[in-house]
Amino acid sequence: MQQKLVIVVVEPDPDRARPIAEGLRAAGDHDIRIIAEQSGLARQVTELRPDVVLIDIANPSRDILEELALASGPSERPVAVFVDRSDEPLTRAAIEAGISAYVVDGLRPERIKPILDAAIARFNVFQQMRAELAATRAALEERKVIDRAKAILMSARGINEEAAYALLRKTAMDQGKRMAEIAQQLVMAAGLLGR
Amino acid sequence: MKRLRLGYLPLIDAAPLVVARELGFAAEEGLALELRAFGAWAQVRDMLGAGLVDAAHMLVPMPLGQALGLGPALPAMDLVMFLSHGGQAIAVNRALEARLRDAGHDFAFRDAGAAGRALRAVVAGRLRVGVPFPFSTQLELTSLWLSASGFAPAAVELVTLPPPMMADAMASGEVDAFCVGEPWASVAVERGVAALLLPGTAIWRAPPEKGLVLRRDFAETRPEETGALMRALWRAGRWLDAPEHRGTAAEILSRAEYLDLPPVLAERGLTGRLMIAPAGHMRAAPDFVAFHAGAASFPWKSIAALIAGRIARRHGLPETPAMLAAMRHFRTDLYRQHLRPAGAALPGASARIEGALAEDRVVPAEKGQMILRADGFFDGFSFEPPLPSRN
Repeated sequence: MQQKLVIVVVEPDPDRARPIAEGLRAAGDHDIRIIAEQSGLARQVTELRPDVVLIDIANPSRDILEELALASGPSERPVAVFVDRSDEPLTRAAIEAGISAYVVDGLRPERIKPILDAAIARFNVFQQMRAELAATRAALEERKVIDRAKAILMSARGINEEAAYALLRKTAMDQGKRMAEIAQQLVMAAGLLGR
Repeated sequence: MKRLRLGYLPLIDAAPLVVARELGFAAEEGLALELRAFGAWAQVRDMLGAGLVDAAHMLVPMPLGQALGLGPALPAMDLVMFLSHGGQAIAVNRALEARLRDAGHDFAFRDAGAAGRALRAVVAGRLRVGVPFPFSTQLELTSLWLSASGFAPAAVELVTLPPPMMADAMASGEVDAFCVGEPWASVAVERGVAALLLPGTAIWRAPPEKGLVLRRDFAETRPEETGALMRALWRAGRWLDAPEHRGTAAEILSRAEYLDLPPVLAERGLTGRLMIAPAGHMRAAPDFVAFHAGAASFPWKSIAALIAGRIARRHGLPETPAMLAAMRHFRTDLYRQHLRPAGAALPGASARIEGALAEDRVVPAEKGQMILRADGFFDGFSFEPPLPSRN
């Protein structure tokens, strides 16, 4: 029987860590450990002696793992190299999904690939969710700014909401800018004028 | 307009990228720059490797680590120009500050020899020093300085820490000292956890800090965009090196979309007037950070060799082959090709003895003469690269 692999997932958000861990368990009988607390990360990782470490590509703590990856000699066996050096497409797929993987040197590619495939699938879902969330948030912010700009116009010019909206839209079209931009400028100018 | 995606880390030496975009130097070259801030150096490298950004603001030693096979399997990366020299500061915790003051150290923020001797005298056990990345100018400066100051290798532990985490790590006692690029040293002083002992330039007069790094396939197959980007950044650097522009640069850089910090913090490093201790002591460090003057952007192959040799020794690789491999990744040929039309002064050779210039010096150039910036080391160290290189 193959020995269980110890896979460490560094992820402070439990809502995110859970499905990743589930995906990894579905990919094989592995020992999955999650590190949520990032202080003393190097020590925590070294103590767990993982075969694979997975971490969000944008996590600043990654640079700490880079050091571990370089420092470990063959005898120490914590984290050794990055994603299997021979498999460039896999490395790239992982990077595009927003994941970085540190893998112990000498671990056979056929054992690494299913783990990474599972992780990549989960991370892809999160990348999408994150992008959608950012878009929703931006749209909400824009709505708020436009509402404030409308209110400023209504009180300054004594017009109703519809007229204020039309005025914003016309100005935006005349200047070839987005309505949210014009609204932002108006809100800022009103702030400067103390209104 | 050609759209280019640039990766960077939020630091004051990202200024050339921000200025090229905000002040129109990029637009003059027909480029629309999309600047993407990242949280980790490894991320910048990986995004560049995967082609998710076209070029990156990177620690000068990083492409050398890649060249020596010490990073992940990614396409070849080349450094085409330096973006900055200096900008780093060495900081100690408050306990060390107190011991240094008690022992009579003046915190002049200038003399690396005196500061090193003073530190050696007050540190009893191992000194733990935070640096931003295993391949960084900060690590090279720190190890050069400490070993020349009498610290044995076993007496120093270099710990990788992301710059925004330096102040916390010092507060929690994880490190006793650190070497980091601004504004993160000033942030730690502002938080009351650190005192600044030296600027990086006190150790090495012209420590190359950030470079513009591209994938080799991009640089070689898309010469128009590569050249346009290099010229835009070179002109941004020239603008930045006019002292009267540094305040404006700090304002622009501090905006929410870039550093998102109070302008006064970015201004300290950019103007070279730093508050070195929470008690409010100010020190002037002329040339704290340089972007352009004295051919600062020329990517000397001898610097690639110097740093690669040190990296190789640290990681148990043969030094001379490492130096020769590294030199091929500093593209003085592309620098000459793309910046000659912009009027950049070009030195006659592409490698030299490093650490030989105690003061700025006038030397022969490809055309006429040019000024090279002083690059001496505090202890008189110098380095001769293995092979003279012609291009």
